[in-house]
Amino acid sequence: MSEHTHTDAAGVEHVESADAAAAVQEEHAGAIVARDEHGEIETHYANPGLAPHIYRRSDIDKTAAQRREREVATLFGLSTIGTLIFLVSYFVFKPADKQGNSNQLLSTVHYSTLGLGLGMGLALFCIGAGAIHWAKTLMPDDEIVQERHPMHSSAEERAGAVEALKEGAAGAGLGRRKLIRNSLLGAMAPLGLLALVPLRDLGPLPGASLAYTAWRKGVRLVSDPSRNPIKAEEVPIGGVVHVMPEGIDKMPNPLDEEAKAAAIVIRLAPDELHERPDRRGWDYNGIVCYSKICTHVGCPVGLYEQQTHHLLCPCHQSTFDVTHNCEVVFGPAGRPLPQLKISVDSEGYLVADQDFQEPVGPSYWFRGEN
Amino acid sequence: MAMLEKAAAQVGGTIDDRFGAAGWIKKTARKVFPDHWSFMLGEIALYSFIILLLTGTFLTLWFQPSQSEVVYHGAYTPLQGLKMSQAYESTLRISFDVRGGLIMRQIHHWAALIFVSAMVVHLCRIFFTGAFRKPRETNWIIGTILLTLALIEGLAGYSLPDDLLSGTGLRITEGVLLSLPLVGTYLSYFLFGGQFPGDDLIARLYTAHVLLIPGIFLALITVHVMLVWYQKHTQYPLPGRTEKNAVGYPFFPVYTAKAGGFFFITFGVTALLSSVATINPIWLFGPYKPGEVSDGTQPDWYMGFLEGSLRMMPPWEIRAWGYTVPMNVLVPALIVPGFMFTALGLYPFIERWVTGDDREHHILDRPRNVPTRTGLGVLAISFWLILLAGGANDLFAITFHLSINSITRAFQVLIIVIPPISYVVTKRICLGLQRRDREKVLHGRETGIIQRLPDGEMIEVHEPISDTEKWMLTQHLSRRPLELEPDTDDNGIPRRRLLLSKARARVSRFYFEDRVEPPTPAEVREIETSGHH
Repeated sequence: MSEHTHTDAAGVEHVESADAAAAVQEEHAGAIVARDEHGEIETHYANPGLAPHIYRRSDIDKTAAQRREREVATLFGLSTIGTLIFLVSYFVFKPADKQGNSNQLLSTVHYSTLGLGLGMGLALFCIGAGAIHWAKTLMPDDEIVQERHPMHSSAEERAGAVEALKEGAAGAGLGRRKLIRNSLLGAMAPLGLLALVPLRDLGPLPGASLAYTAWRKGVRLVSDPSRNPIKAEEVPIGGVVHVMPEGIDKMPNPLDEEAKAAAIVIRLAPDELHERPDRRGWDYNGIVCYSKICTHVGCPVGLYEQQTHHLLCPCHQSTFDVTHNCEVVFGPAGRPLPQLKISVDSEGYLVADQDFQEPVGPSYWFRGEN
Repeated sequence: MAMLEKAAAQVGGTIDDRFGAAGWIKKTARKVFPDHWSFMLGEIALYSFIILLLTGTFLTLWFQPSQSEVVYHGAYTPLQGLKMSQAYESTLRISFDVRGGLIMRQIHHWAALIFVSAMVVHLCRIFFTGAFRKPRETNWIIGTILLTLALIEGLAGYSLPDDLLSGTGLRITEGVLLSLPLVGTYLSYFLFGGQFPGDDLIARLYTAHVLLIPGIFLALITVHVMLVWYQKHTQYPLPGRTEKNAVGYPFFPVYTAKAGGFFFITFGVTALLSSVATINPIWLFGPYKPGEVSDGTQPDWYMGFLEGSLRMMPPWEIRAWGYTVPMNVLVPALIVPGFMFTALGLYPFIERWVTGDDREHHILDRPRNVPTRTGLGVLAISFWLILLAGGANDLFAITFHLSINSITRAFQVLIIVIPPISYVVTKRICLGLQRRDREKVLHGRETGIIQRLPDGEMIEVHEPISDTEKWMLTQHLSRRPLELEPDTDDNGIPRRRLLLSKARARVSRFYFEDRVEPPTPAEVREIETSGHH
């Protein structure tokens, strides 16, 4: 009999209980049926059993075993040296002493990290290497065979378990006392609310806050991050300025405002500008201002290609054409960058004429028809 | 020695008096663990987790999970006087002022990368050898959950320093949340405590990163390892191994020394790597400002597939009845990974349904012997790898001086074309290997020696292989497709659930129609007696 007939036998057991489709499978499972000289069904070669044990040098040669022992000890010794390297590095390199000179600081930090890491690595690695060398060369390497039993319990045990549960359920009267059962279910069902409802104060409701930014009529455009107002005549053709609304740092949550208001100013030659008819006059002498927050997932669209007048988002490469109302020319963004209508104030500084006329940044369900 | 033994006996007695541990120890100390190099992949993940707990605890001693604004006056002059969050400032302090802080940060980060990498390779090993089959489906599900959690844990972890790079990652997270129909804005406001970036997120991520998720990890990993222990490890089909035994070395001392030693090796190698390879030098990125960004922005590698997915998606956005559904974000960032992880978790149950196999399996499959499964696995891996590569399209463009647009378009084609091709090619390779195994059993090994027979015929001499080798090449089960029963039973009554069983038969044909049967001893004998090659 081959080693595999027991699997087949187990399979046959299964056939009796399972559906017919599985039965067809099981009949085939044993491959082509053939009979050996004793007339037994022979479908597989017999498992040849464990390979003969091969002795190691250290099993038969005492000096070899002693050599292995010394090797293991050497590895453990190296580990101690690693710990010493770690300790010495800790007390020798003091980055905090190098305040004020960033090159010196970085080089001290570098050597400190190198010394500590190498010391620690050596200390730990050599313990591991020693232990494994010890296990592989000196500990017994005879393979041991242990029996494996099927995971399921015996039929009696299963029956016993069912019996115990039935007895318990009968004792509690789960089937009979419907009032208790139903009211308990009714009490348990809403318990999740105890956890969910208090989470309500995690944050305010969005309301319309995503649709508005800090830009208002007459607010000056200031450069980011230096916060200087920008004279229109100082922006050369092809020039780019990253801008924020003036006074943004004094608002209650400046970073939240920056995350919506960040914009970019670019001056185009008059013949390069192809404005939408309904946005005529949104520029000032070829100076246009667009939101810097990508309409894909909100990264700042920070890269400007001067030759093509394309704005490129470094996160997912959405590309917007500044000469054509920042429409998407490539990449995953689904909408053009919103434009900010600008003009100049009495002193000649660039100012906003109004807020963005649509929500900036990534799209969302309640964004509206824009 | 006698003294030592006496002392040990006393300690043992004290313990046994209280816990009755002797019986358990007697059984456990000599418990057998099957051995193979591929079984250490899961160990690397486990040990990396322990390294993460140890180094992470060290980092919490100085880290300040707060977005309160401070002005930097620390050791690193280029950032002097800059406004930044306490989180970023304290990370700089850990890197520059706390001795050993930087090495611990680097070990923590490298260990996280190794943790996820080991999980992925371990998963592949389990998949391709069929170790997920009954009775081990529970551990497959736990593994899937652990992998999903690892991605979230990693994202939370590298976001904590609040530097420009990680802030950009959080901005993308916000954009992804916003894409959810109806609930998107609410979820985003609840997570960030209002508008992006707000003041609350770092503190919330910190609790999730150091308490909530590691707690779940610890519980699930414990169950995962206990199940391996209780159900006994699988083993490869080698001589002497059967479905009814476990062959290997005893837990004490061999496995204790090997596994314990391997923990130290994993830790040691991670430390050595961290001492020479800088990772996440946050001082170069600067503090997070919503209006700033650096180019070449790359997340940790395990998030790369989502990045690639976002990059190669066409700009589809649905606008109707006043509502917007950004398919260009929803599909690549939520639906695609959702589908991937769901399919992953369900796979053992799909295969069980197809095979109708209800038996326990403790002997592993050779991947070639299950060509369709192996093909599907390679299909999934190729899909994931193309997404991952797509996340680096800008790096390809810069390195090879190519247009980013053509690279992205190429990825849009590859993601559709390559996975099915990988499936077909892999399956064919598997069938080819099976055919070679069959030839080897029937005719022996090719020797490369050409012999000329007296009648002038030239033949290659084949050397017969040993019975052990014959057994190893034929011990597996070659499944055949399920056959559809007639639509009506013997009494002419239509069978129930006809459509479902038809579907099942069709999937079964897809799985098992192309197959190579291992030769039986009778076939071999027939060839040997007839003397033909």
